[in-house]
Amino acid sequence: MSITADYIKEKLQRELEATHIDVEDTSPNHCGSAFNVTIVSAKFEGKPLLQRHRLVNACLEEELKDIHAFSQKTLTPEQWQKQQK
Amino acid sequence: MSRLFLTTAKFLRTQGPRSSFLRALSSEAADTGSREHIDGLVKKDKVVVFMKGVPQQPMCGFSNAVVQILRMHGVDNYSAYNVLEDENLRQGIKDYSSWPTIPQLFLSGEFVGGCDILLQMHQSGDLVEELQKVGIRSALLDKQPDTDKDKQ
Repeated sequence: MSITADYIKEKLQRELEATHIDVEDTSPNHCGSAFNVTIVSAKFEGKPLLQRHRLVNACLEEELKDIHAFSQKTLTPEQWQKQQK
Repeated sequence: MSRLFLTTAKFLRTQGPRSSFLRALSSEAADTGSREHIDGLVKKDKVVVFMKGVPQQPMCGFSNAVVQILRMHGVDNYSAYNVLEDENLRQGIKDYSSWPTIPQLFLSGEFVGGCDILLQMHQSGDLVEELQKVGIRSALLDKQPDTDKDKQ
């Protein structure tokens, strides 16, 4: 079963209680080997970058074994709001 | 034949004497993927990068980004280990830092992050501070933002 953007989006949303998620399959031919994700979650509050990314990594631990490239942006709801302006 | 020799010699020279490639060749090479070995690598130098390719020729966009960011801050003197050269190291470093991807940057033995984190830290100014903490003055601190003089 190849990993899809929807699958990742759904999993992250569920486990991180994300208020906003963007998942982009950046692999050639959208074969599910490279992803770019933006996650907005209150769970990131008070956590330094490294910890936030580790949270995401932990959520996708199994999937990351098969993904070749992964890039992420982790924002708190407040940071996301600021970005929208 | 001599051209191959020259290319190899140049490659080894750019890798530096501490390259994992050379170490793997030596008879007393420890398991290059072991915790002890990697622990030694990250503690030996202030700035350590595990990447794909070498700083003069990164083999992946993310690794290249890290190299470029370090360059922008004037950090030229760092140890870079090419995981494409060594499968043991490639897996070992992921286990060591519990981090699934390459590149990986260590400052004074501490894992800082990969490309994403480094980029964000660079943009936010946090990287200048982190470098300062390990006694490295970022070149960006010396840049005069309001001058037209561009010759360094």
